[in-house]
Amino acid sequence: MGEVLVIGGGIAGIQAALDLADMGIQVHLVERLPSIGGRMAQLDKTFPTNDCSTCILSPKMNDCARHPNITLHTYAEVTGLEGEVGDFSATILKHPRYVDETKCTGCGECAQKCPARVPDTFDMGMRRRRAIYLYFSQAVPQVMTIDPDHCIYLRRSKCGACVLACQREAIDFEQKARTVCVNVGAVVVATGYDFFDPRGLAQFGYERCPNVITALEYERLVSASGPTEGHLLRISDGRPAKRIGFIQCVGSRDVRHQRFCSAVCCMHSSKQAVLAAEHDAGVESYVFYTDFRASGKGFREYVARAEREYGVHYVRSRVARITEDGNHNPSIHYEDAETSRPARMTVDLAVLATSLIPRPTTAALAQVLGIEMDPYGFVRTEPFSPVDTTRPGIFAAGCCRGPADIPESVMQASAAAARAARFVGRGNR
Amino acid sequence: MSEGPRIGVFICHCGSNIAGHVDVEAVEAYARTLPGVVFVQRNLYTCSDAGLSEIKRAIAEEGLERVVVAACTPRTHEPLFQEACREAGLNPYLFEFVNIRDQCSWVHMQEPEAATEKAKDLVRMGVVKARLLEPLEEQEVEVEPAALVVGGGMIGMTAALNLAERGFAVRLVERGPRLGGLLLRLDKLYPTHEDARALVAKRVAEVEAHDRIEVFTSSVVSEIKGFVGNYEVKITSNRQPATGNQHSLRVGAIIVATGARVFKPEGLYGYDGQRVITQFELEERFRTGGFDAERVVMIQCVGARIPERPYCSRICCTTAIKNALQIRERQPHAQVYILYRDTETQGTRYEAYYTRAREAGIQFIRYSLRHPPEVTDERVVVYDELLGARLGIPYDLVVLSTPLVACEDARELAQMLKVPVDEHGFFLEAHVKLRPLDFATDGIYVAGTARWPAHLEETITQAYGAAARAATILSKDRITSSGVVARVDEALCRGCSRCVEVCEFGAPSLIETAPGMKVARVNPVMCKGCGACAAACPTGAMTAMHFTDEQVTAMVRAALGH
Ligand SMILES: Cc1cc2nc3c(=O)[nH]c(=O)nc-3n(C[C@H](O)[C@H](O)[C@H](O)COP(=O)(O)OP(=O)(O)OC[C@H]3O[C@@H](n4cnc5c(N)ncnc54)[C@H](O)[C@@H]3O)c2cc1C
Ligand SMILES: Cc1cc2nc3c(=O)[nH]c(=O)nc-3n(C[C@H](O)[C@H](O)[C@H](O)COP(=O)(O)OP(=O)(O)OC[C@H]3O[C@@H](n4cnc5c(N)ncnc54)[C@H](O)[C@@H]3O)c2cc1C
Ligand code: SF4
Ligand code: SF4
Ligand code: SF4
Repeated sequence: MGEVLVIGGGIAGIQAALDLADMGIQVHLVERLPSIGGRMAQLDKTFPTNDCSTCILSPKMNDCARHPNITLHTYAEVTGLEGEVGDFSATILKHPRYVDETKCTGCGECAQKCPARVPDTFDMGMRRRRAIYLYFSQAVPQVMTIDPDHCIYLRRSKCGACVLACQREAIDFEQKARTVCVNVGAVVVATGYDFFDPRGLAQFGYERCPNVITALEYERLVSASGPTEGHLLRISDGRPAKRIGFIQCVGSRDVRHQRFCSAVCCMHSSKQAVLAAEHDAGVESYVFYTDFRASGKGFREYVARAEREYGVHYVRSRVARITEDGNHNPSIHYEDAETSRPARMTVDLAVLATSLIPRPTTAALAQVLGIEMDPYGFVRTEPFSPVDTTRPGIFAAGCCRGPADIPESVMQASAAAARAARFVGRGNR
Repeated sequence: MSEGPRIGVFICHCGSNIAGHVDVEAVEAYARTLPGVVFVQRNLYTCSDAGLSEIKRAIAEEGLERVVVAACTPRTHEPLFQEACREAGLNPYLFEFVNIRDQCSWVHMQEPEAATEKAKDLVRMGVVKARLLEPLEEQEVEVEPAALVVGGGMIGMTAALNLAERGFAVRLVERGPRLGGLLLRLDKLYPTHEDARALVAKRVAEVEAHDRIEVFTSSVVSEIKGFVGNYEVKITSNRQPATGNQHSLRVGAIIVATGARVFKPEGLYGYDGQRVITQFELEERFRTGGFDAERVVMIQCVGARIPERPYCSRICCTTAIKNALQIRERQPHAQVYILYRDTETQGTRYEAYYTRAREAGIQFIRYSLRHPPEVTDERVVVYDELLGARLGIPYDLVVLSTPLVACEDARELAQMLKVPVDEHGFFLEAHVKLRPLDFATDGIYVAGTARWPAHLEETITQAYGAAARAATILSKDRITSSGVVARVDEALCRGCSRCVEVCEFGAPSLIETAPGMKVARVNPVMCKGCGACAAACPTGAMTAMHFTDEQVTAMVRAALGH
């Protein structure tokens, strides 16, 4: 009693954990990946004020790590939940990092010596990391993790270069998965979203054309900590992108894929076009959209500025397909809604605003927790009890309950904290 | 220069993060030459238990009076080192952080020599500042475990209930004669089509039954003084005839939930309240049984997304869809057209709702500002952007979808609370993304349409969210201020009030020390130590402690090699 379990360490989980902890409640924050931070850590700058995502997120991550009322369980999952509201008992499975968290300082000496190369998932596979890695440079905790699928020692009992490199003797190949049981009064689910794989929509040429990328890949591309160190270059040939087409609703508002609207892409594409212009004032950006949705606080003003000050072009249209020319320049074929005529535009880079979809792993977690999903596969909530799931004492916040931007996710997180706190008493009063 | 405090310098390798690019031994040797430095040590990781023990040991054994750590970044590690100082009996404000990782080894990775020279410069600057550091005290104040909620609509009530259920006392102030707000005057609610008044009546009953909530209807807040944890509030009755009733209360936190108002489209599209009405008036007709029309044309964005009012009001597209569906339910053969610019039906639920409307046969016609619709006596003439043709639609009733606009008196309340509103008059939060429900002033929060137009789903979320934020203050018995705050030299202060004007957090205020004599006082609990006041003060009376002119000038001189 008196404790809360928060599952998922994105911005929603982080905010819920901090609010609960600041109310004097003990929190167990469980994150599946080696570091908390979630998708927001992968973003470059964020609408509607364009502040740097990591710069505003990183202090919150550190607050979580330092807070006396928060226990971080990273690289871990929730595998069981018994009991009922006010008195749940949860099982947390901690995967072995093969690195001693209490000794490792994240200095990275080991990674420099590690011979195994692995596509970096944080950088959307556009760069390679080692088998022993820090999830990203501001990771919390600042602890290395060994990827068991690629570590040469773990697969063939040879190598051990990291053991020699580590001056703090932190590498521990004997580590085993272990389980921890915690007693909590309430649970907050904040497992976030995945992105729709555009290979399911062959007409957009994601697989065929190297210069057709997803919006999340674009975020890494313009980020100073990304694969090109923030230079707006095409990964395929290193040439600068001078004309960019942003294709909206890829997989969204589509009866064959996601019927829903992904709620953030009209704004994130506007932001991405603004960032392109900030990198290089000569870049031309075109946003191909059907309905433009921007009703959040300050959003219309942001879009007006994108158009007026950064020269972003908004083209109301329906994109039929993307082909490419001999130089791998994507050609966007679309029907212009103003003229109702087919048209075509060649760009250096085409960026697909793919839908924000439920994480497949959340369905499995929902089974463990005994909560229902909605028809789209998000955690089910009702409009007027917006953060309550179908099981008493279990709440949901952020994109696991449907697409939402950061402000909405943060407000939902605080709301879930308030609802959860209600079931763990007030401690001293 | 052997007099002056005894300074110890700790230089961190950070594994190879720093030592790989900065010649830490050279920096160590250099630090030994600096005046006042009596102890220098390099550590593989100063932040490790071993490193921290070394700091504590040196304070005790070497009699250190100032500690300088040259390492990664104060952002993550300053509290750790300050705590070590405190544990060893040294005032934590006698600690100085020098950032030689982010500012040297990381940014100058390719130029190790320059990085090393810069590290030396920064260490020299840190040491001169350390000599001038002063011990600072932190202050504690008690927290009144009660909240004030201003506005008794659905959102104010929801926030109040959550706090009351958690054991806090709540005072709920409603300007009108009864609780409920806007929902009292709506018909059904999208997307579920449940009855608005039934939903709100349930909440009113819960609030009225709760013994920790004290409700003041027909009342307004007339005065607010104090600061986080300790606000003093006066509530005045506005009942007519005036009763002069007044209550004084103490609360620890305040939630603003004063809602918004529906824009009245005087002079637009022939608005007459008879054949051309607003969505709000349409719902009134539904409620009172006064609705009767077969051919209805709805026009979106009336008074919104125009140069004078550029924002989108978020709720009017869904409201139009709701009322269109209601019309079809009442009169299955009715024709309903919605003339829109963009359909604002984001996310899962509202996009599904839009689909439902199209499937029900509601006609959506897109217009643009270049050819706005015209309302004549018999028809609405519109240029259909998708068809590329002008249409004339005969009507019995035209319904205008108008935005939510800020309450006229929101500014007045904002001034009383010393919090900002945006250019449209909506309350302006501390940070759009990460502090969407907070004001910069601690202990004051906002929820509902007072913040921005939003669906009830979202405003209820905000109600709980604001309650959580307020509870982070109310759950504490006392709050501690930082030692890094502004301090006034009352002898120099002329009471010009510049500091009061520039401070974002309301920390300085003028007090009368003698008749006609005013001086500034800084409330340390509200002060964030940002120094804006110190920069604005024309007489130099205001000092940002820990960043005094003397300290900063010494650092600048040291940087220039003086
Ligand atoms: C290209 C793009 C650009 C964007 N730009 C902006 C912007 O500029 N401004 C803005 O406001 N919003 C933006 N967004 C939206 C923003 O990314 C989301 O609002 C936000 O990241 C949602 O946070 P979350 O915590 O709900 O989810 P996530 O960030 O997905 O975090 C969920 C966390 O839970 C963990 N997790 C998942 N499953 C489990 C499990 N079973 N057990 C334990 N942990 C688990 C995940 O590893 C992850 O760390 C953008 C989105 C995209 C796609
Ligand atoms: C026509 C219309 C239809 C809508 N339909 C729907 C719908 O179907 N579904 C949906 O999800 N959302 C709908 N909404 C949105 C929904 O109404 C709002 O989200 C919700 O009402 C916001 O509640 P609130 O408590 O913030 O504001 P309000 O309901 O406006 O309450 C604010 C309260 O504060 C009081 N007050 C104001 N100033 C002061 C002061 N200075 N001192 C003391 N008290 C004060 C007011 O008297 C009022 O009682 C609709 C909105 C409109 C305009
Ligand atoms: S043992 Fe594994 S992690 Fe360590 S260096 Fe070798 S491959 Fe890399
Ligand atoms: S937010 Fe915009 S781009 Fe994204 S799915 Fe919705 S309408 Fe399409
Ligand atoms: S919600 Fe719809 S009607 Fe209202 S301002 Fe926005 S686009 Fe216009």
